[in-house]
Amino acid sequence: MVSLFDILGPVMIGPSSSHTAGACRLGLMGRGILGGTPAHAAIKLHGSFAATGEGHGTHRALIGGLLGFAPDDLRLRSAYQEAEGAGLQYRFEEIDLGDDAHPNSAVLQLEKADATVEVTGASIGGGSILVTGIDGFHVELGGDYHTLVVLARDEPGTMATIAGLFARRGVNVATIRADRTGRRKDALMTLEVDERIADDVIAELRQYDWLRWARRVPKIAGG
Amino acid sequence: MFKSLESLVAEAAATGQSLPVVLQLAEADESGRPVSEVRERVRRVLLVMRAAVAEGLEGEVRSRSGLTGGRAARLQQGGPRLLGERVTMTLARAIATLEVNAAMGLIVAAPTAGAAGVLPAIVLAAGEYLEQDEDRLIDALIVAGGVGAVIAHRASLAGAEGGCQAETGSAAGMGAAAVTWLAGGSNDQVATAVALALQGMLGLICDPIGGLVEIPCIYRNASAAMQAFAAAEMALAGLDFPVSADEVIDVMGEVGHALPVKYRETAQGGLAATASARRLVQIQPSRHPSGISG
Repeated sequence: MVSLFDILGPVMIGPSSSHTAGACRLGLMGRGILGGTPAHAAIKLHGSFAATGEGHGTHRALIGGLLGFAPDDLRLRSAYQEAEGAGLQYRFEEIDLGDDAHPNSAVLQLEKADATVEVTGASIGGGSILVTGIDGFHVELGGDYHTLVVLARDEPGTMATIAGLFARRGVNVATIRADRTGRRKDALMTLEVDERIADDVIAELRQYDWLRWARRVPKIAGG
Repeated sequence: MFKSLESLVAEAAATGQSLPVVLQLAEADESGRPVSEVRERVRRVLLVMRAAVAEGLEGEVRSRSGLTGGRAARLQQGGPRLLGERVTMTLARAIATLEVNAAMGLIVAAPTAGAAGVLPAIVLAAGEYLEQDEDRLIDALIVAGGVGAVIAHRASLAGAEGGCQAETGSAAGMGAAAVTWLAGGSNDQVATAVALALQGMLGLICDPIGGLVEIPCIYRNASAAMQAFAAAEMALAGLDFPVSADEVIDVMGEVGHALPVKYRETAQGGLAATASARRLVQIQPSRHPSGISG
């Protein structure tokens, strides 16, 4: 549904809602899915992101997002210097994801001391984004909700257990999605919920031996 | 939000409420937030708009490409005022915001970053010349937002989908509604102003030089702001238009679909494909930052 503030906004650092604000939000999603500021980032740009990104501040916005800056944060302009201060090393490359990929797509390969993740996503217009891949699993995340991302061994009952964590806390779940590499291999699950996800949700998940990792991705868009 | 101007005007008539009251109640209802919070968010929008115009008029901002920066100040200082101070300043203010945008400054993408200059120019002009206070300007922005929501639903606000008519054209329609409402026009006159503004923008292509939100964008924002005032002036005088605003919006959507891709923000046609444009783009800095930092 269209909100007045989709029209009267976003308040953002220019020059482009798709190439700047959307790029920043992709960086924010990458940071959230990694679980913190990366120490290394290899950022691969496809299509229009690769062709016109530099003039649109796309590179700075992506780095700024990885550092946790919002689309209206003036530090996006000095993101390279900020990265140096935060110990984030980065590299940009071009990539051809094929004709079916959205022209404003990026692949973020992110590393920190205790985690690595590859996030694929696109800036789909007006500053909105869609994350479509995490470590090769298909997902659909727009950052409009607080999101729990869980990689688990594919066993019966894992999804019910995770959903139960929210049910017991009275948290409303908006969407649930799962993708798996194969039967009894790994499954990646995403749950978008209406409220901030409490710290103890992760702690509780850690007691299950099927858990590979779980991260809370804060909501980055919407009111 | 409303899916047609007809239904918006009808709701206002049925409830006896003004357009901004109808719209802020709808926003509060759909978002689950109180009206006071809706208005506070619009107040911040207005603040950021004012600050960006002021920054651009100082004339110090420059884009990384070097294509834009300093023109708003040059117009303010050197414009001959052929049609008076108000016209010159409206043009300068529209350019100012777009120059700040191009220089990675803080702006409000209302309705988009590429068309961000139109509404601030109009609302600040109305505030000054029609002596409107801040709450009235917030009302006017809400009216503009309601019109933009209708356009987003029926057509598009994105240059990549509908050409520049979808961006600066929509902004002109939104601005025309805002001024007409501020000047005391009837709700029917507000709708007529939207129709008059949009009919004058139909078919405008999006052909940014180098794919950057700079040239011709800064100038198109300036002319769209004038289009909005022209439409408001005519609507307020009671001039009519035989095609409803909703129908004109539908036509804009239809024209957008029919535009070849090279005229939809791909920088492959129009002004972007001229020899002059190609020379300009060649002198831009390298496209990618090098190697590893830190």
